[in-house]
Amino acid sequence: MMQTQVEEISTSEVAYTPSAGRRTRYLRHLGLIIASAPMVLFLAIPMIALVAQAPLEEIIARLTDRQVSMAIALSVYTTITTTCVTVALGTPLAYLMARYRFRGKKMLDTLIDLPLVLPPSAAGIALLLTFGRHGILGERLADLGLQIPFTPLAVVLAQTFVSAPFYIRATMNGIASVDSSLEEAGMVDGAGTLRLFWNITFPLARVAMISGAIMTWARALGEFGATIIFAGNFPGRTQTIPIAIYLGFNINLESAVVLSSILLCASFGVIMIVKWALKQSVTRADIY
Amino acid sequence: MCSQLRYLLLSALLVLTLGCGTGGIGSSSSGSQTLTVFAAASLTGAFTQIGKEFEAAHQGVKVVNSFAGSQDLVEQMHQGAPADVFASADEKNMQKAIDYGLVEKDSPRTFVRNHLVVVTPRDDQKVRSLEDLSAPGAKVVLASQEVPVGNYTMQFLDLASRDPQLGNDFKQKVLANVVSYEDNVKAVLQKVTLGEADAGVVYSSDAATAPRDKVSTIEIPDAYNVTASYPIAIIKNSKQGDLARQYVEFVLSARGQTILKQYGFIPVGKAK
Repeated sequence: MMQTQVEEISTSEVAYTPSAGRRTRYLRHLGLIIASAPMVLFLAIPMIALVAQAPLEEIIARLTDRQVSMAIALSVYTTITTTCVTVALGTPLAYLMARYRFRGKKMLDTLIDLPLVLPPSAAGIALLLTFGRHGILGERLADLGLQIPFTPLAVVLAQTFVSAPFYIRATMNGIASVDSSLEEAGMVDGAGTLRLFWNITFPLARVAMISGAIMTWARALGEFGATIIFAGNFPGRTQTIPIAIYLGFNINLESAVVLSSILLCASFGVIMIVKWALKQSVTRADIY
Repeated sequence: MCSQLRYLLLSALLVLTLGCGTGGIGSSSSGSQTLTVFAAASLTGAFTQIGKEFEAAHQGVKVVNSFAGSQDLVEQMHQGAPADVFASADEKNMQKAIDYGLVEKDSPRTFVRNHLVVVTPRDDQKVRSLEDLSAPGAKVVLASQEVPVGNYTMQFLDLASRDPQLGNDFKQKVLANVVSYEDNVKAVLQKVTLGEADAGVVYSSDAATAPRDKVSTIEIPDAYNVTASYPIAIIKNSKQGDLARQYVEFVLSARGQTILKQYGFIPVGKAK
């Protein structure tokens, strides 16, 4: 997908001489640019309004605040865990969905999308009724001495529940776009399923898979509703950045604005870096 | 660049508020009036009923309640949310509303009081007394200190720690048992109702609304208890000052106080 995009840009680059060509191209697309502007402004202005309210000194001063740094650390480690769990458990499911036809597939497909439409607070209640002390599974787990609510594990479960569909959906599409005859050819040569996946499917689907993993990570980072209901709020244990922002809003707007800006800049930075790295690896693959 | 942006934002907001404003005039010309009441989350039950009875007594009047944490409500009004009456769960947030210029200094009146109780799940009673709150292994859920009830809870724990019977490390031990600081008092009650926590500290008004078969209540002696005073005020730029005044009078009337009492509040004028 991304490869064809790259090609398109490069062919149009060749077709025009750089100086005059660029101008006519802009003119030709002027209508489209104007039509896109409202959406761009609508997305950008609130972000700018947020960051403009938070002076850099204050952001740095806040970073050293114990509660803020604990929230950041917890968010970092729970979202990374969530992303790893999602990749580990979501990939086989995505492969199954992309490659096989079976009864009830449509229903399973809808089930995967369900967390996207379910309000996160409803997801939190559902998790509480499942893994809570008196929940369907929680009761049995409690007998084993394992209690999930109010622990970092609850944070990870809440994040995974709401954010896994992003990865699964992207990976399903990525794997489906890989020609299955390539896998079949590998199979004829006697490669096992895991080797096939690692040597053939993954390299061809990796852009979609990594993009999906980033979406999952980003959604997990912003997760609030399910977390506060299922995991509660305890500094250092279950208080993630979004929860600290919400509680900060209750004391004063400034601290909430500063924390939001930190979250915004960090996610912007990470997503940009990953996109850049992906593009690098794609173009390098094109060259060689 | 920045001032241009601000200008853009302001004009966008202006268009929005003007739009809303004309909508409001349009609806009032059809003969009905809407009174918007911003009330603390703990007033949800009582103010819903008060609103209904006020509507019944005033033909053509519709009462719209917006319930949230007092601090959220103040911020929302400060950012331009339209309201006619503000009922806060504490004096601190009413003071904030005065500081923001939303409310006249002499407008707020205390209309009800509330105090704290300990709630526990009925079927699983690890906590049977105040002392048990500090017993190792008890799972305690409190409201976060950022919200008024959490603040009162800390005051209660400080006062209780002065009692030699509970021990001066009472607060410390209770805090060591805390598994979560919930963002609002209803969430504390919910976690106890669901049995996820062994005990929680809530307002008596919240305990009164809890299902009896699921939650039991442990009273906190007056000596350590904290009384919360709820102030109510008319918003300065309300377009329906008269109606808002009548509403506040109704809340303070014998009928209004009776409703509040039914919901576990302590009526004003009576000593606790």
